[in-house]
Order: sequence, then C-alpha cells, then structure tokens
Amino acid sequence: MKIAPGDTNAIMQTVPVAHARSVFAIRRLFSADYPWVAISVLAVLTFVAIFGDSIAPHDMYEPNLMKRLTPPFWMDGGSTDYLLGTDALGRDILSRLIGGARTSLTVALMGLVLGGGIGGAVGIVAGYFGGAIDDTIMRVADATLAFPIILFALLLSVSMGGGLLAVVIAISINLWARFARVIRSDVLIIRDMDYVKMAKISGASSIRILWRHILPNVMNTLAVLAGLQVGWVIILEATLSFLGAGISPPTPAWGSMTAEGREYLITNWWVTFMPGATIVIAVVAFTRLGDWLRDWLDPRLPHE
Amino acid sequence: MLRFLVRRVVQSVVTLFLLFAVVFVLARATGDPTGLLVPPQGGAETIALVRKNLGLDQPYYLQFVLFMKQIASGNLGISFLTRRPVLDLIMERLPYTIILAVAAMAIGTLLAVPMAMTSSLKRGRAVDTAIQVIGALGIATPQFWLGLVLIQIFAGWLRLLPVGGAGTWKHFVLPAVTLGVFQAANMMRVLRSSLLEVLSSDFVMLARIKGLPEYRVIGSHVMRNAILPVLTFGGILLATLMTGTIVVETVFAWPGFGRLAYDATIYRDYPLMQGVVIVAGFIVVGTNLAIDILYALLDPRIRFD
Repeated sequence: MKIAPGDTNAIMQTVPVAHARSVFAIRRLFSADYPWVAISVLAVLTFVAIFGDSIAPHDMYEPNLMKRLTPPFWMDGGSTDYLLGTDALGRDILSRLIGGARTSLTVALMGLVLGGGIGGAVGIVAGYFGGAIDDTIMRVADATLAFPIILFALLLSVSMGGGLLAVVIAISINLWARFARVIRSDVLIIRDMDYVKMAKISGASSIRILWRHILPNVMNTLAVLAGLQVGWVIILEATLSFLGAGISPPTPAWGSMTAEGREYLITNWWVTFMPGATIVIAVVAFTRLGDWLRDWLDPRLPHE
Repeated sequence: MLRFLVRRVVQSVVTLFLLFAVVFVLARATGDPTGLLVPPQGGAETIALVRKNLGLDQPYYLQFVLFMKQIASGNLGISFLTRRPVLDLIMERLPYTIILAVAAMAIGTLLAVPMAMTSSLKRGRAVDTAIQVIGALGIATPQFWLGLVLIQIFAGWLRLLPVGGAGTWKHFVLPAVTLGVFQAANMMRVLRSSLLEVLSSDFVMLARIKGLPEYRVIGSHVMRNAILPVLTFGGILLATLMTGTIVVETVFAWPGFGRLAYDATIYRDYPLMQGVVIVAGFIVVGTNLAIDILYALLDPRIRFD
C-alpha cells in the first residue's frame, strides 16, 4: 500500500470492506451497548427545542431587575421559582437554556443539511469521475480543512452582519470538506464494484449510475458522518456566538449566554457555568450516538 | 524528490492565491470602506480623493492586481483603529501566540502520548474506558467555557492565579493549560487509533515472538510507525490550535495574534482583519508544506509523484 503525503483517505482504505448494515435495521435496539442515556438526553433536548415556548417556566426575553443574579435553588438566596438562577437582567437561566436548545439544534440541522448535502454531492462526483476533477476538489477540500475556520467565520460574519444565516454558511464551508473527503473514498471503492460495471456495460448514463447505484450506497456513511459531526457543529456555533460573531442577543444561544455571564464570573459563577455545562452534556450525548451509529452501520469507518 | 518538492510548492502558492482571492471578494462584498474613513462633514471631493488614494476608483481586476502587489511587498495597509501599519501590529503580537501554541503542544503531547499508550495497550479494560471518557469530555468541552471555569476555580475561589492579561509566568499557566487540554484530547484519539493498528500488525507480532523486551517492541517498532499517521493530521491539528488561540486569548485577554483577530472583528477594522487572514494563510500553508516534506523524508513508502 502506497500512501501519498497528506492522504488520510488512503490510510482509511487500508481497512478491509465489510457489508454495511441498513439504517433501518432495528435488530440491535435492545442490546447492551444501546446508548439509552444519550438517546434520552437527546430526546429531551429535541422536545424542548420544539415546544420550548410552552414549556419554559418563565419568559426568555423579559428582564426582571428585582430578581437579577438570583442563585440556583440549592444555594442561599436561591428559590425553586428559578431552578438554575437568573442572569444579570433577571431572566430565568433555565428558560433561556431551553430557548438555546432550539437555536443550537436549528443551526446544527441547517448546517448539516447544507454542508453535508454539498459535501456528499461533491464527494460522489470527485470519487466517481476521478482525474483532474477529483484532484482539484480534494485540494480545495484539504485547503479548507487546514484553514482555521473561526477566522473565516469571523470575516464572513462581519461581511454579512452576523445572524443565523452567516453562522450556517460559515459552518457549511468547513463541513462540506469533511463530508467530501470521506464520501469520495467510499465512492472510490463502490465504483469498482461489479454491479456498477454491469450498469455501465448495459448502457446506463452516468447520472443514472450515480443516482441509482452510488447514492444509495453512501447513505449510511452520510448518516454516520452527520452523527459524528453534530457535536462539533454545536461547539462551533456556541464559540461564534460567544465571540459575538454568531447568534446575536437577545435571542437565547448557549454561547452568547456564557459570554453575558463573563462580567459576573467571580461573584455569580452560575451565569456562565450553566450554559457551558449544557453544551458539554449535549455534545457528549451526540458524540456517543454518533459513535454508536458508526459501529452499528459501518464498521469499516475508522475508530478515532 | 525534486519533482515532488516543486509540485507541492506550486500547490501551496495556488492555495494562497485562492485564499487571497476569497479575501478580496469578501472585503469588497462588505461595501465601500470610505464611509468609515471620511468624517461626516467631509464633502464629495474628500470622498473622491480617499477613493482615489485607496485605488477604489479603478476597475475590479486592476484593484485585484494592486491588492496582490501589496501583499507581495508586505504592505497590508493601515489599521483603521490604531492608524498603524497592519503588518507591524501583527508582528508585535505573534510572539505571544507562538509561545502559547508551543506550550499547548508540549502539554498536549505530554498528556496524549502516555494516555494513548496506556489505552491502546490495555484495550477494552477499565483504564481504556476511563481514558476514552476523559478524551471524549476533552473534545466536548468548549474551550471558552473551560477557560472560564479554570478562571473561576484558580482565580476566583483559590486566588492562586490572575484572571487574565500577560506579564509573569502566572498569567501564562491558565491559557496554556486550556489550550493544551483540547490539543491533548485530539491528539490522543488520533494516536490511539494509529497505535491500535500498528499493535495488531505482523511485524509487532514477530518482534514479540523473537522475544524482544516489551520496551524495545514499543520503542523501536510501535512508536515509530504509529507517529507517522499522526503527522498527516498535523495540518488539521494546527488549524484547531489556531482556532483555539483566538478563543483562549479572548477569554484570558492574552495580547496575541488571536486576540488581535477578535478585536479587528468586533471593531470592524477591515484592513486589520484582512491582514490577519492573510498572515494566517501564510502560516497554515507554510506549516502544511513543511509537514508534507517531513512526512516524505520520514516515510520511505510514499511515492513522490
């Protein structure tokens, strides 16, 4: 096996191919390694992201200066009215965390659909046609991945004046490259399979082969990749919002909530602690689910 | 080897060219910066003069040529905010970031190597699980939050270290650790999977059958081969490190390159932002080129075409 410099895909290909399982197989649902905890956490997150407005105990936006910087309920001066305390404007932290779930999941979903869709399509084209197209696309992908994404996101955010769309685009710009690399290396194997050759001999057009024979066979990899990248996307959105280049206040976002608490860090630790801890819990749950999906659907992907 | 070198250098130049083209387009897309430079009472003549001096009255392709010429001659323009040359500002700040990055890499390596070794040699045992959980937590923890939590503990409650700034070694500890922990978690994961692959290879089994002592097996057979694939991730590790410095320097008010990038953004200092991205481009492309050449020198299996 010869490996070109910088070609991590070649290293991945040294692992033998196994037949991937279908996304829809639910045989293992009750096995011991089923990630019940992660799925429960994510179910709660999704639920509050959708129904947040009716669940939140308090208004997410309405300041209440009488109640500002109330500690969490277990501390002196805390009350069960505000379970996780209030921020500097007297807004209920729990309610804003619930609102932040919607922001995070929306950005993650949009970023994954946009970045994953483009990356998947580009990866399929690069892998199937090969040659100069492949070389060019993969060079651009490598360059994209090597560049610190935050810098680019900051620049983009300034150009576009911030907001949800700027964050989604910034994320997609990096995400497509991650998808394209892995999907391409999958397609390189699939295109040499007998059924693809047969389709070619029987006169199927390139578009038909890509649509009917290649795409269905990379769907599992796409699902696994999406699962593995959600956590990273959530952290990136939070980081951008923390730096003031993402979702702008007063819209609740975990990153900007952490930033808002910085001034009160030493005296009122909970304002920064709660949103950050929420991010860690959400990301760990997504990563666990992603790892499990990978092991279950596609044992060939590397265990990083 | 020479052909490989030439090819890689040409690729790097093309990459940089593309990056600069993107920066150029983005900078033009933000609108005319004249409005920020000319005071409101300045008349149409002043505006026309400023536009002429900046070359903004030229067609776009000529502006692009001018832009590239300026980069080539090291002229990155004047910062709106400080009225000082952008390149000077960047060069003042870079050393702070470099020592921070070096310290983070050192901490990362010191943590990652023993953890990855233990975890891969004791695969499936409790130690392995524990190390993997720590690694997963390290990657799931946003750096800005880890930094704030460390400030809370060591500056707020224990009063051992300062909240931020630079000056003494005490200012250096928290930012370096925050950055290092994340690097460690990333490196650990890459190194662990690489080690697992090498440990199951035939030559390691042969070395063991020969009866080599374990430290020789690990030292001269396993480690050498496991390090190489980690090098291919060097470029991505560098990108995460640079991203990390922007976040960490902002949290700890560390006067480095990352903090400069952040300030340039929030104060809408376009020439400075542009300069930061261009310099970062040079660093990233240069380091990746160096990594590839190093990789080619270290691994006799690779092809030079």
